[in-house]
Amino acid sequence: MIVLSEEDVMLKDMANGWTADRAPVPALRALRGQLADTGFDPALYAEMAEMGWPAILIPEEFGGVGMNRVSLGLIAEELGRNLVGSPLVWSAAGAVSALTLGTNQAAKEALLPQIANGSLAAALAIDDENHHRPHTISTTAQKYESGWVLSGAKRAVPDATGVGLLVIAAQLEDTSPALFSCPVDTAGVTLTSLDRIDSRGAADIVLDNVSLGPDALLGQGQDYLDTVLDSVRAILAAEMLGGTAQAFETTVEYMKTRIQFDQPIGSFQALQHRAADMLGEIVLARAAVYGALQAIDAGDADASRQVSLAKAIAGDCFRTMAREMIQIHGGIGMTDEHDAGLYLKRAHVLDHTLGNAAFHRERYARMLDI
Amino acid sequence: MALDEQQFRQQAQDWLTENFPPSLRGGRFIMPHTQEEGSSPSADYLLWKQRMAAKGWSVPTWPSEYGGGGLSIRQAEILAEEMTRAGAFNPIGGLGIMMLGPTLLEYGNDEQKARHIPPIVRGEVEWCQGFSEPGAGSDLAALRTRCEDKGDHFLINGQKIWTSFAHVSDWCFCLVRTDTSVKQAGISFLLIDMKTPGVEARPIELINGVSHFCETFFTDVKVPKENLVGRVNQGWEIAKRLLQHERSGLSSQRNVANVEQGLPHLAREYVGTDDAGRIADADLRTRIVQHMMRQEAYGLALKHRNAEIEAGQDGTAPMSSLKNLGAGVAQELNELAVEILGHAGTGNRGPGFSNTELELTSGWLYSKCFSIYGGSHEIQNNILAKRELGLPGA
Ligand SMILES: Cc1cc2nc3c(=O)[nH]c(=O)nc-3n(C[C@H](O)[C@H](O)[C@H](O)COP(=O)(O)OP(=O)(O)OC[C@H]3O[C@@H](n4cnc5c(N)ncnc54)[C@H](O)[C@@H]3O)c2cc1C
Repeated sequence: MIVLSEEDVMLKDMANGWTADRAPVPALRALRGQLADTGFDPALYAEMAEMGWPAILIPEEFGGVGMNRVSLGLIAEELGRNLVGSPLVWSAAGAVSALTLGTNQAAKEALLPQIANGSLAAALAIDDENHHRPHTISTTAQKYESGWVLSGAKRAVPDATGVGLLVIAAQLEDTSPALFSCPVDTAGVTLTSLDRIDSRGAADIVLDNVSLGPDALLGQGQDYLDTVLDSVRAILAAEMLGGTAQAFETTVEYMKTRIQFDQPIGSFQALQHRAADMLGEIVLARAAVYGALQAIDAGDADASRQVSLAKAIAGDCFRTMAREMIQIHGGIGMTDEHDAGLYLKRAHVLDHTLGNAAFHRERYARMLDI
Repeated sequence: MALDEQQFRQQAQDWLTENFPPSLRGGRFIMPHTQEEGSSPSADYLLWKQRMAAKGWSVPTWPSEYGGGGLSIRQAEILAEEMTRAGAFNPIGGLGIMMLGPTLLEYGNDEQKARHIPPIVRGEVEWCQGFSEPGAGSDLAALRTRCEDKGDHFLINGQKIWTSFAHVSDWCFCLVRTDTSVKQAGISFLLIDMKTPGVEARPIELINGVSHFCETFFTDVKVPKENLVGRVNQGWEIAKRLLQHERSGLSSQRNVANVEQGLPHLAREYVGTDDAGRIADADLRTRIVQHMMRQEAYGLALKHRNAEIEAGQDGTAPMSSLKNLGAGVAQELNELAVEILGHAGTGNRGPGFSNTELELTSGWLYSKCFSIYGGSHEIQNNILAKRELGLPGA
């Protein structure tokens, strides 16, 4: 019951040490301006792969380690602390879930081992427009004897520029949604990379009569798509939790060192109480995030609702914390040189990824028939 | 472990089927004070109370040596789940269970435990808390009620205030001053029989018209020496421990009893639904959902903490955070409930208002105290700033 195992604690500590050492926030700064190429540092992703992180959810028979979502969530939390740029979430949770929850044995055998060893990273192309509406996908997939043809456009696909594989959501002729695997260099696929506020890679994608083989279909149906998306959303919520925790700790540290009126600003009760209230919000977010990860692992019937709970609460929490971080830092918090802005920008982008807090509140409400 | 849990769940289910009177399904704990207001408990209620007392499941985790259930925290959680499923409830409650019992188990001597714990378990003796004074609220250690050593007894003179249920309680656990030259280190922890000559409790009316709490006066009250818990001047240490139990009890208790079928149900009834079957007022609906999500996350946080304690770890979530969150969520619920009622949520008494409506309105007024008692929101935040965050000068 939501108590971390010793193994999990070790994994979390290891991820914490690694990100602090190899991928601290300055690493993200160094990447800024070179995003057209990859949006992340491939050498760092290779190190993650050596530690087995992309393989966490992959069953052993396909070269993975067969651990659970809690483990991957803990790593994402640590990456979130330092705003680490990497395609890990999309590969290890997105593509892997699309494959393992699907029925395409050939694709599993071909792709999972490559994802496990880090040689293939993936992005998930879901949204067709500016809002997340996974139940009305306009990109289409038509079936021909020789395979499939995909047509449409995908909007702001995270980390799409540096990866080898796209997992694309498209509507079948019977209007049910499906996910397709599509190598990024397939003819008819055009990427236009975007420069987004969070300094991470993303691209708009045009799919102009993209021909794929008969094996490209990974799985289909609304339930299948929702389950795959939930698997990623829970990990994104964990990443947001990490970002929130770090923003909080950095702010509390600043409160102890910044002197005004001859005393640390942290001695002012008005600020102390905002920090104490924020700590409570993080307690809620952590409970919701770990609860969702465990609900998925345990196959709980209400796992989707728990995921929406976690994504909404963590999204609100990260946003609020990032705002507070700037406010409590004062002028320095508004400068590009300070990290506070990076957390605000990341909070904003992550909240909008795979459904913002309002989307997930609505989803939660409908699941409870409210 | 999982198998044991399954077995215990089955045992609990069987026991509840055999022992919980179906007529009480969906009922709830009746505070002893409401008896004098005319709603005395039914025969089935008394039977249920007697059975729970005999089983020790009124305090599932207390040692069986003193009549408690002797269960693990996890088993107690399972029991609570099964009770909810069966529509059952704990018929025994009060401050003896929430605060004094656990404190006495830790600091009381053998005679005190043998004398006071079993009647608490059985719900036979009501306790009140004599801590706050007119000049000592948040700054509790400023208390001045005097306790003099008269050789074979203590002599008490002074005044307490906000003493909940003092007028209907049998006993009071009290903080008294035994040394005026020091602040915290001059306080002792005493058990006082409310029937002792010189004890007088005067009820004070609350904003919802109910008189839960009292001014309590002590005039030349003689207290036997065996009623001192711990040593003379050890009272502050014991009180702090007791306040932890209070915080933990308050945070795990759901102050939500009145909205039995939930806010959405209430809203459908009083606000109506749109064509798609959603609560008609979109803004209200959003806020209800937001509240429910916080409530669910808060429930997970409590569960998380229990699991950690069960596993022998310290809770990750600070108790003061949980107290504030619990109070906040409960206040939110009460606010939403009266908003949903509209005019029906403005009644003082009938006719024109149903009993449920009046209860919700009165409950909303009462809920304002959740962030005051047990250490106010601000005091909890001070504790967090100092102990959890290590902020300067706090
Ligand atoms: C319904 C109810 C039942 C109660 N039952 C009992 C009982 O059974 N037994 C008992 O002993 N007591 C009881 N109390 C008393 C309760 O513990 C006190 O009300 C509480 O400790 C606050 O003390 P006070 O009322 O004197 O307010 P004060 O301490 O005067 O506080 C007034 C305001 O100042 C704020 N404040 C005070 N100090 C600080 C500070 N250092 N920093 C920032 N803000 C501060 C408070 O948060 C509050 O907002 C009860 C109270 C209520 C409302």
